[in-house]
Amino acid sequence: MLSPQDLTALWITLKLAVISTAILIVLCVPLAWWLAQTRSRAKTFVEAAVSLPLVLPPTVVGFYLLLLLGPRGAIGGFLEEIGVGHLAFSFSGLVIGSMIYSLPFVVQPLQNAFQATGARVLEAAACLRAGPLDRFLTVSLPLARRGFLTAAVLSFAHTLGEFGVIIMLGGNIPGRTQVASIAIYNHVEAMDYASAHRLALVLVVLSFSLLLAVYAINRRFRVVGVQS
Amino acid sequence: MTIEARFRVDRGSFSLDVDLMLPSRGVTALFGPSGAGKTTLLRCIAGLERLTDGCVAFDGEVWQDGRRFVPTHRRSLGYVFQESSLFPHLSVRANMEYGWRRVPAAERRIGWDEVVTLFDLGPLLNRPPEGLSGGERQRVALARALLTSPRLLLLDEPLSALDAARKREILPYLERLRDELDVPMLYVSHSHDEVIRLADHLVLIEAGRVRAAGPLAETLARIDLALAQGIDAGTMIEATVIAHDEAWHLSRLAFAGGELRVPRCGRAPGERLRLRVSARDVTLTRTPVGDGGVQDPVPVRVTEIAPADAAHVLVRLDAAGVPLLARVTRWSADRLGLAPGVDVWAQIRSASSPGT
Repeated sequence: MLSPQDLTALWITLKLAVISTAILIVLCVPLAWWLAQTRSRAKTFVEAAVSLPLVLPPTVVGFYLLLLLGPRGAIGGFLEEIGVGHLAFSFSGLVIGSMIYSLPFVVQPLQNAFQATGARVLEAAACLRAGPLDRFLTVSLPLARRGFLTAAVLSFAHTLGEFGVIIMLGGNIPGRTQVASIAIYNHVEAMDYASAHRLALVLVVLSFSLLLAVYAINRRFRVVGVQS
Repeated sequence: MTIEARFRVDRGSFSLDVDLMLPSRGVTALFGPSGAGKTTLLRCIAGLERLTDGCVAFDGEVWQDGRRFVPTHRRSLGYVFQESSLFPHLSVRANMEYGWRRVPAAERRIGWDEVVTLFDLGPLLNRPPEGLSGGERQRVALARALLTSPRLLLLDEPLSALDAARKREILPYLERLRDELDVPMLYVSHSHDEVIRLADHLVLIEAGRVRAAGPLAETLARIDLALAQGIDAGTMIEATVIAHDEAWHLSRLAFAGGELRVPRCGRAPGERLRLRVSARDVTLTRTPVGDGGVQDPVPVRVTEIAPADAAHVLVRLDAAGVPLLARVTRWSADRLGLAPGVDVWAQIRSASSPGT
């Protein structure tokens, strides 16, 4: 079966996926809401920026994050100064990297779901004495629930498969920043195909089951599309 | 007891410039062609649209003026949209409870059971909105709006998305609402039939301006406005059912000016009914021609005459206080010696109860 080091890598991968997905969803709700409602010209610009991680090589994202979060970067340097320590080669750095890498996978389904709700039902709620937060919680959120599910599963699955950003930003520190995809790479480098196989198969099965779940749910409820 | 609304906006292709003082009782129809600004006006009154240059006050309570803007959810109003706006994730019952639960119990004047009965909603309560017909959805939307016990009900062409059969199904509910609950309504419509069936007060809106406003029967009979409508000009009379004549499938109706026979209506004797009388269907004679084959003639006095087209004139008549319009040829007007103050006889060849 899997070696203890592979199990640790798998555990770090899952932990990374859960934590970054959870934070990302919370942070993306206001952004997706704004994108769904606004008529501002900044919208196009923001949408393009959000989609950037879709087209950029992960190594580019990782490289800039390394510069930014490292000991001499704008953020990393500041964190060093206040005594927190920089974020390169740390699990926290990986969480930030994963969040940026998965950003479009969360913003787009949420934005689509909020847009699909339409203004009419919110106006109806306002005419039924519901204030803005009340409308958001009792109308927008429940109507966007499938968008949330899609976003969560896509972000989770996408983080499982992350490689480039992590190798640039997190390095390859077993027990701290080594995730499953990198562990597989190491096994292949070491010509240990059997171990690579086992870990790879776990990832394939896990990712496929997740996507299967999303598509099945989407189909059953004829929902908001997985991509725009 | 008034609704005051004043709005001005100029967006190039669309402009609105209204200053209205409306009675806060009964049904006021905002009537006019599509694109005239009726819906925008209604949305502004509701606070769904925010124009910087505007004032709204309901019975002295300011909803918007230069300094204040009360958000929609703090205005005591109900709004029914053109198409269904039911919450798809909630059952019919939960849709109706949505507004009901947000109004403090002490402020509820309209009861749950009362509304469920009024709109026959008992069998629908546990169903999801998606399975309902268009007519059923609008009944739920009306009920949902009423359950907040609004001081004002705004209806934006609530029947326009329905086919003729569904309209006939909903109209009686709107009449019951008007007759049984004391909630003033602003009703946006571009349908003559709906206005005649429901409204007490009429506001004519054209190209963002108020063309006329006043009590329904009088405003419909205003000759300057009727001229603009060409051959569609007509008036409304309110009549009471006297009896049904089953042999001929007719109903005998009485109004202030006299009696009428119309095709058998569904109302019981004693019940009131509104009729539309087209100006084309009113014939004028000097003497009471009563050969029995047509309606009994009604004595009327000419109050106003205006040329309608090259061959016709439009005549405004007074039948014991009820205004009527007649469209006759210039030739017959001349032969009859029609002039303001002249007494003649009118035969109302047909009168219809709209939407039945």
